[in-house]
Amino acid sequence: MNGFTASELNELRNQFPALHQRVFGKPLVYLDNAATTQKPQLVIDRITKYYSYENCNIHRGVHYLSQEATAAFEDVRTKVAGFIHAAKSEEIIFTKGTTESINLLAGSLDGFLIGIGDSVLVTGMEHHSNLVPWQQLCKRNQAKLLVAELDDRGEVFLEQFGKLLEQKPKLVAITHISNALGTINPVKEMIAMAHANDIPVLIDGAQSVAHMHVDVQDLDCDFFVFSGHKMYGPMGVGVLYGKEKWLDKMPPWQFGGEMVDQVSLQETTFNQLPFKFEAGTPNVAGVLGLGAAIEFLNQTSLEKIGQHEHQLLDLAMEKLRSVQGIRFIGNAKNRAGVISFVVDGTHPTDIGTLVDKMGVAVRTGHHCAQPVMTRFDVPGTVRASFALYNTAEEVEVFAAAVQKAAGMLH
Amino acid sequence: MTIKEIQEQIVSEFSMFEDWMDKYNYLIEMGKEVPRIDERFKTNNHLISGCQSRVWLHAENRDGKVYFTADSDAVITKGIVNLLIRVFSGQSPEAILEADTDFIEQIGLKEHLSPTRSNGLVSMVKQMKLYAQVYKLKQDN
Repeated sequence: MNGFTASELNELRNQFPALHQRVFGKPLVYLDNAATTQKPQLVIDRITKYYSYENCNIHRGVHYLSQEATAAFEDVRTKVAGFIHAAKSEEIIFTKGTTESINLLAGSLDGFLIGIGDSVLVTGMEHHSNLVPWQQLCKRNQAKLLVAELDDRGEVFLEQFGKLLEQKPKLVAITHISNALGTINPVKEMIAMAHANDIPVLIDGAQSVAHMHVDVQDLDCDFFVFSGHKMYGPMGVGVLYGKEKWLDKMPPWQFGGEMVDQVSLQETTFNQLPFKFEAGTPNVAGVLGLGAAIEFLNQTSLEKIGQHEHQLLDLAMEKLRSVQGIRFIGNAKNRAGVISFVVDGTHPTDIGTLVDKMGVAVRTGHHCAQPVMTRFDVPGTVRASFALYNTAEEVEVFAAAVQKAAGMLH
Repeated sequence: MTIKEIQEQIVSEFSMFEDWMDKYNYLIEMGKEVPRIDERFKTNNHLISGCQSRVWLHAENRDGKVYFTADSDAVITKGIVNLLIRVFSGQSPEAILEADTDFIEQIGLKEHLSPTRSNGLVSMVKQMKLYAQVYKLKQDN
């Protein structure tokens, strides 16, 4: 595993203005990347350029600016398709984020694919955004929410998952990487298992796209969703990928604006893909910023990013092990750069408050995955999550800060 | 002592700390000494919402004064609760309702007062004032 050289890493860090600041007089160590990553200058510049010189509404304007902006917007759709290896750019729907992508799907599939008495299968490690929409859809339809359970390491029991598939759920919705445990699910295998039972699969890629190479055709997932802001792009923009065979047949979710074809006072026919699912004026600046983020990731190499983050993960685990009373929550064999832990005899918020004073930004709490906390019988955890710009020195500072905080609290 | 006098006393205590560590060590110590809520009151009814850690708060009215007890599973939160109890416990409902909490800012714990802060200090103060309000209404009737 190679990762980045010191000069490469330094050059990367220099592209992120937010990293170069002090909090409480200490250099900021930003380890809350699973919540949102910082933005490189080229993403910030792209958004500024749009609002400075290119701003206008897209798709229907005949004037110069509108056509330019429309072309730039649609160019990002093609870039996104390339980034996740979709077969066609029409399979890329822009949303405001992962949560909206999943709600769009749940809204459209309600009554179309999933009806009275049906079931949906999720895992016990889903973020609330990939749990609550399905849970509520099931409630509306007197349908059943099936849950694949987790073992003590935080991996899905594949055998039980297989058994649940025999109940013929209408959809399987699983996360690629757990935001609370760091577990990388064997999604390709799980998708194949579901497909053997003719069940379509949604993969929540919010935590994966910025950390590993994703090929939706190779995975063969039916739907894949992710957010711009967790992959160095702006907030308020995300993607729903769906196989054309599904999206084409599915009914629209929201109505109005660009998503129509012909409208009379009594009837409306709808636009074709992808516009059918994009009601209202889209977040054009956000989409352009997302395009810049993809360029940035393509230049940087996802393979190297993954290696680098893995090195940081290993180093952090090694350093943290010496903290008295530390307990890692989530010990999957295959995992991403996310560490969740508790220190026995202390509360996660106490640790979080104290390390914050030392300049270290971590997240504490349930990480929008309360069932995971219940499963492991903890009130919450302290979570550190790495990005391509974090350094070994920062990991040292973080581990020392946790050590010091635990010392103060014990 | 009046609420104002106690607050001034706390501000003067905190002014002796040279760095954040001393301040937080003191908060942690105070957390260990919080007037502990009776176990039978540690129910959902006494939980304060808006906190990442769980905080239970109980109040009693004796001879026209309000007495608070509390607990939390996070020790720094408990330290902050203890500060508030020191300020408000044993005071009249009217005094509690009139008091401000500017001293929190003066002792450099302002970040804990932000309404978005998940430790819910704001909710705690609100709950204490709510108890005072209820006791005041009872008195007036």
